[in-house]
Amino acid sequence: MALLELRNLTRRFGSLTAVDNVSLSIEAGEFFTLLGPSGCGKTTILRMIAGFDLPDAGEILLDGKNIAATPPEERPLHTVFQSYALFPHLSVADNVAFPLKMSKVSAEETRRRVAEMLDTVHLSDKADAFPHELSGGQKQRVALARGLVNKPRLLLLDEPLGALDHKLREEMQIELINLQRTVGVTFVFVTHSQPEALALSHRIAVMNEGHIEQLGTPAHIYGQPVNRFVADFIGDINLMNAQVEAPGETSVHLAVAGLGRIVAPAPSGVKPGQSGAFAIRPEQVQIGAEDELANLANRFTGTLRDFLYVGDVTTYKVELANGTIIRALLPNTSSGGRARFLEMGDSVTVAWPAEAGMFLHE
Amino acid sequence: MRKTSHWLWLAALLVYLFLYLPLTVVVIYSFNDSRLNAEWVGFTSRWYKVLFQDEEMIQAAINSILIAIGASLIATLLGTMAGIAMHRYRLRVLPFLVITPVAMPEILLGVSLLLFFIQVLHLTLGLLSVLIAHITFCLGFVAIVVRARLTGMDESIFEAARDLGATPWKTFQLVTLPLIMPAVIAGALMSFTLSIDDFVITFFTAGVGVSTLPLQIYSMIKIAVTPEVNAVSTLLMLVTLGMIVLAAKFDKTVLRGQG
Ligand SMILES: Nc1ncnc2c1ncn2[C@@H]1O[C@H](COP(=O)(O)OP(=O)(O)OP(=O)(O)O)[C@@H](O)[C@H]1O
Ligand SMILES: [Mg+2]
Repeated sequence: MALLELRNLTRRFGSLTAVDNVSLSIEAGEFFTLLGPSGCGKTTILRMIAGFDLPDAGEILLDGKNIAATPPEERPLHTVFQSYALFPHLSVADNVAFPLKMSKVSAEETRRRVAEMLDTVHLSDKADAFPHELSGGQKQRVALARGLVNKPRLLLLDEPLGALDHKLREEMQIELINLQRTVGVTFVFVTHSQPEALALSHRIAVMNEGHIEQLGTPAHIYGQPVNRFVADFIGDINLMNAQVEAPGETSVHLAVAGLGRIVAPAPSGVKPGQSGAFAIRPEQVQIGAEDELANLANRFTGTLRDFLYVGDVTTYKVELANGTIIRALLPNTSSGGRARFLEMGDSVTVAWPAEAGMFLHE
Repeated sequence: MRKTSHWLWLAALLVYLFLYLPLTVVVIYSFNDSRLNAEWVGFTSRWYKVLFQDEEMIQAAINSILIAIGASLIATLLGTMAGIAMHRYRLRVLPFLVITPVAMPEILLGVSLLLFFIQVLHLTLGLLSVLIAHITFCLGFVAIVVRARLTGMDESIFEAARDLGATPWKTFQLVTLPLIMPAVIAGALMSFTLSIDDFVITFFTAGVGVSTLPLQIYSMIKIAVTPEVNAVSTLLMLVTLGMIVLAAKFDKTVLRGQG
């Protein structure tokens, strides 16, 4: 049985449906992420799970029991707020001890577990400090310690790294993964940062305007997005409008206006004449001279319009015959081939194999 | 640059002189060894002795202190609840309803309370009517200070408490109350001074036979400003000043506007 199950969860604010018929189930021990653009309803879902908000329709099942009517203090789950929400009048140790005190754990036991938890988040030396004396990263760790010390069934985290600077954010991401592994608590994590979601999660639900667009592992969502929204939202991708010409067993022929034919892997159930989009990740696109790329099924010539060098990789922007700009991402290895010597305005060939890219339904 | 700051200092000095010179004169003459407020004769503390032998004055002081304690306690309790309600429900009319009695001309409040007590409640005027009247105008003040304190706070703190297992009552006890305590104490101290210094509203609601310090001072100066009046005024000033300093120590917003 799943640890947490949402069934047809719906929440409306006036005429706006903030959460629209969302169903999903989360297994014990999972690091589950709700990912989506701002305003898509992630926080609203978390607030309903935590009990701060009530659904208009649908059920929330924890261990198979509907908890929709249970007040927040009686739900065996804790939340880490984006603002940390530490109690300003309590020391770090007293903040962490708060949930234990509420569940009437003995003073002796409380002291032991607080010390243990502070040790886990590397804050033993700050036990007597007050929240206003801590840095952002330290506050974050206190909030995590406070949420985990009472061993909840579930920890809800609402953009917990949002307020941290880039470097600290990466450090905390690694700490989060390790922490989740050590304590073995199920995490439901909310973010609008897709690299963060890909790096941390076992499974991701990609949300848009209150509903789930796709649910799956990071590799699944990145490699096989089910529609244009997911493809566009997760990572960088080239999209061009295309029409199905001839669906085959393993591959499909697509017609792209002004460009010609593309051979792509065949998705199930496409019919001739169907329109949609061809999508391909920039790192799947090769760039070079015609003869170097002769063995690849899809080859097009174009003009190099721009490139962006960022140290380890370079993104090339090539304008194709129909005016489409296609992006190719190449590593800057010493054997980077001819691409390294390209100049703006050069005529180049972009190419990719028949197995790369995908057709997305409209 | 230097020049402007000189002028600024001078202007500030004049303003403070204007504010405090009359008070200083009262204090000085309370130690003057003469029945008249005309010229300085010599130092004495005998007016304070006279004061403490004046039965009527003592009774008025006891009344004032009892009313101030009662009014500040009850107004603090109700005002704190009103402040929290104003913060929680964010209804636009709530602040207006609570602040209006604070801002209303005292004479209006005095007259309306008088009519209300006599014609609606059929209450005999006395200590009780004064107490109720004082609670009315202190309450708004406490509510404003408490709300100001809550406004700056992160709402999720209270949700976090519930989330971590605290019932609504435990949340109030362990999180809300400790956080607003400075404002509550400051509100209580300010209520005490507002009550003990009040003249106009007390005048209308006290009826005959009940006196407070300000009423007593007023009835004495109708005859003459005696040194005894200076002495009691000096004491009252000291109490007020002490309370304000104390209140500001607990919550700095007290000194910012409003009151
Ligand atoms: N209490 C409320 N009253 C009215 N509308 C609300 C309320 N709470 C949320 N909404 C609306 O519901 C939608 C979803 O909000 P929600 O906070 O869940 O988004 P989110 O996915 O968490 O976004 P973000 O990434 O910006 O935090 C938004 O359009 C928001 O304006
Ligand atoms: Mg949110």
